[in-house]
Amino acid sequence: MNDGTRDNGDRSKARTDEAALSARLQRLGEGLGQARGRAGPPSDGPGVDRAATASGYARGFRLSSELVAGVLVGAGLGWLIDRLLGTSPWGLIVLLLLGFAAGVLTVMRSAGVIPENRQG
Amino acid sequence: MTVDPIHQFQINNLVPIITIGGHQIAFTNSAMFMLIIVVGVTALLVAATAPRAVVPGRLQSIAEVSYEFVANTVRSSAGEEGMKFFPFVFTLFMFVLAANLIGLIPYSFTVTSQLIVTASLALLVFFIVVFYGFWRNGLHFLNLFVPKGVPVYILPAIVVIEVLSFVSRPVSHSVRLFANMLAGHITLQVFAGFIIMLAGFGVVGWFGAALPLLLVIMLTALEFLVAFLQAYVFAILTCIYLNDAIHPGH
Repeated sequence: MNDGTRDNGDRSKARTDEAALSARLQRLGEGLGQARGRAGPPSDGPGVDRAATASGYARGFRLSSELVAGVLVGAGLGWLIDRLLGTSPWGLIVLLLLGFAAGVLTVMRSAGVIPENRQG
Repeated sequence: MTVDPIHQFQINNLVPIITIGGHQIAFTNSAMFMLIIVVGVTALLVAATAPRAVVPGRLQSIAEVSYEFVANTVRSSAGEEGMKFFPFVFTLFMFVLAANLIGLIPYSFTVTSQLIVTASLALLVFFIVVFYGFWRNGLHFLNLFVPKGVPVYILPAIVVIEVLSFVSRPVSHSVRLFANMLAGHITLQVFAGFIIMLAGFGVVGWFGAALPLLLVIMLTALEFLVAFLQAYVFAILTCIYLNDAIHPGH
């Protein structure tokens, strides 16, 4: 009998504990949100700045390697065509220029200057 | 005393296996580190997922965080259908990340600083995109190279440019990872060499050596960032390319 009531009490206590915990979590979350809002981008400058430079570095490297890859592949294919068909130097010239165009296209596409999704 | 900054990338034969047509096929230090990476990642994930606790421990958190991270990457850039390729992308990401991080340990070998390794990974992605694209979409996959709304008279040039930009993908995909790791490790080695050279000049040199030492510490931190960033970039570009195979020309 005594045990039963105690058990009940424990259970209800656990329930209120849980409710209190979730309320507290919510309060904390709100407080955190407010603190983040107050801190804003300008005041936590260093962290944001570092993240921005890091991603900027990655972005820059990505774009430059794409441009170079386009030119290299164009030149390589042109040289190969010249070798196979004996059209030297026209294949190299034309495909190098086209490769350059392809590099610029890739860079513009991944930089988001022109939309990624093409209407096929 | 000078330090050869390229020496760290030398491949040594550890165990010669067989010789085919004058080429010796051997178990090299590169292969050994790849084996270490694969075994290490597998062991880590198996150990991490073994407890299956509701409240994850430290190890399980690592597994869960990496799963969620890669899953979000795949979902956001290749869509829900891209989750078919989740195991592939996850394997690639973990392999590259582990290779980059293990390479930062002194005296270890950086597998991803070998162009042949990154090129193999990039070509694997490239051929999966091509074969899956044709298998799933048939000849509609070729629509990828034919943008709509382009006047007919410049269409041939545009198609050639699109094909070239498609073919250049594995090149930029592999060279980016390889060049980042190679350049980072050479820079570290060169500045570490300055410390030794300056320290050889007596007391004044010791103070001078503090500068490159400081720089090496900062560069090491940067290298950790680069190791993670490049693994992430490799994974996200894989997802973007797979997206083209799944939805060519949307």
